[in-house]
Amino acid sequence: MVSDESIKINPEYVYHPGNPLPEIEGHVSRGRFERVLKRGEFAVTTELAPPDSADRTEVFHEAAMFDHVVDAINATDGSGANCHMSSVVVCALLAHIGYSPILQISCRDKNRIAIQGDILGAAALGIGNVLALTGDDVSAGDQPEAKRVFDLDSISLLSTIIKMRDESVLLSGRKLTEPPKMFAGSTINPFVPPFKSRVLQMEKKIDAGAQFIQTQYCFDMPMLKAFMSEAVDKGLTERAFILPGVGTLASARTAKWMRSNVPGVHIPDSVIKRLEGAENQKKEGQKICVELMQQVKELEGVSGVHVMAYKQEQYVAEMVKDSGVLGDRKPWAPKNEY
Amino acid sequence: MYKARLFASKHARAYEAMYNASSPIILASLRLVQKLTKGKLDKPITWAEKKIKGFLFDCQMCGNCILSTTGMTCPMNCPKTLRNGPCGGVRANGNCEVKPEMKCVWVEAWRGSREMKHNHKIQEIQFAVNHEHKGSSAWIRLANEDVKAK
Ligand code: SF4
Repeated sequence: MVSDESIKINPEYVYHPGNPLPEIEGHVSRGRFERVLKRGEFAVTTELAPPDSADRTEVFHEAAMFDHVVDAINATDGSGANCHMSSVVVCALLAHIGYSPILQISCRDKNRIAIQGDILGAAALGIGNVLALTGDDVSAGDQPEAKRVFDLDSISLLSTIIKMRDESVLLSGRKLTEPPKMFAGSTINPFVPPFKSRVLQMEKKIDAGAQFIQTQYCFDMPMLKAFMSEAVDKGLTERAFILPGVGTLASARTAKWMRSNVPGVHIPDSVIKRLEGAENQKKEGQKICVELMQQVKELEGVSGVHVMAYKQEQYVAEMVKDSGVLGDRKPWAPKNEY
Repeated sequence: MYKARLFASKHARAYEAMYNASSPIILASLRLVQKLTKGKLDKPITWAEKKIKGFLFDCQMCGNCILSTTGMTCPMNCPKTLRNGPCGGVRANGNCEVKPEMKCVWVEAWRGSREMKHNHKIQEIQFAVNHEHKGSSAWIRLANEDVKAK
């Protein structure tokens, strides 16, 4: 574990929270993630699992594993309906040392009053990106007795963010003296029914204001191909940046467990067979992930890839490097010698 | 009733036609009733709406009815009360993430909407429910809005 002293925080960032980048005409945020995408680079994002801890160094330690291989880091919001450190706080910690965090907001735990407050607070702390999610149901987590909120759904949440940002008002119409300047995105799962509705569902999210889309785990390339080609035909890839999600499977057993226990995860039998037949299943899982990244990059209309490696975060850097998807680009990372 | 609800999405086209034909009549009569009784019959009307829509669509009386845009499937039966399309957790067999024994409401809604004439309506963005209207009659509110507008 990294001790607090070894992580030197540039005092400038602490006193001026947020990415201290100048505003750019036509950009909604001042964050690096929006810049990378709008420059037309192939972006790489990943997911940080907020710790079950009150120690911020755990957050820094985890983030440091992604240095120079990712452009933005999602902080999950009570993922799988389990409680972890708050996503707003994780993002604020990351933003203060200059990372480009993506604040995930799930509709499961908070009503519209709490969510609007979080959006303002997040922007004040320098968080430049937000991702609107429905969220797994409470029954998926370890406190199924909790009350499910779902006051908003992901599309209402997107509309809320856009209204606050572009009209500088709260939902009630009350004026904001400073709007939250956030680059807004959402998710889509092209791999579950009703399949035919999924592209239209993505279109609806883009209509509601989503500027980028990260997808659920893709282990089924033909399905993703079909989805993307329909998205291209509908012109959706001109209106939003699409980053398909890929992941690594630790073993055939984990894969089987995931597909029956994690909502919305589709893993074809062929992938499980391939893992079962491998000598080193963990290595094979990483190889599959690397191949998926490379195949994603070849697809028409994609703007990047979102790598999810829950409990396998330490392999993300290696996998991204092996895939070569970044070319010779080296994403920003804080210099430890501030 | 679950069975009646599934039947409605399967026959969404016919329901839509019935709905479109009957709602102006229902609304016109309600407008008249509202004018004459000035709200004295609100309770029995709400009761009737609850019974009829409850039987046909498992209506939850959210008071913000959008049945005609959701393939004649009441979205309030979704455990997450989503009003803009399915979540990402729908099971491979089309059943609900939360209630494995129930068809996902949005799988039904999608099927229903494909049957309907105005099938683009499912793409309209619906803002979150106004919880102040919960338990009240959507029919009466529409009728009153019309009466006020005139
Ligand atoms: S699976 Fe369907 S019915 Fe169940 S919570 Fe998700 S959208 Fe609602």
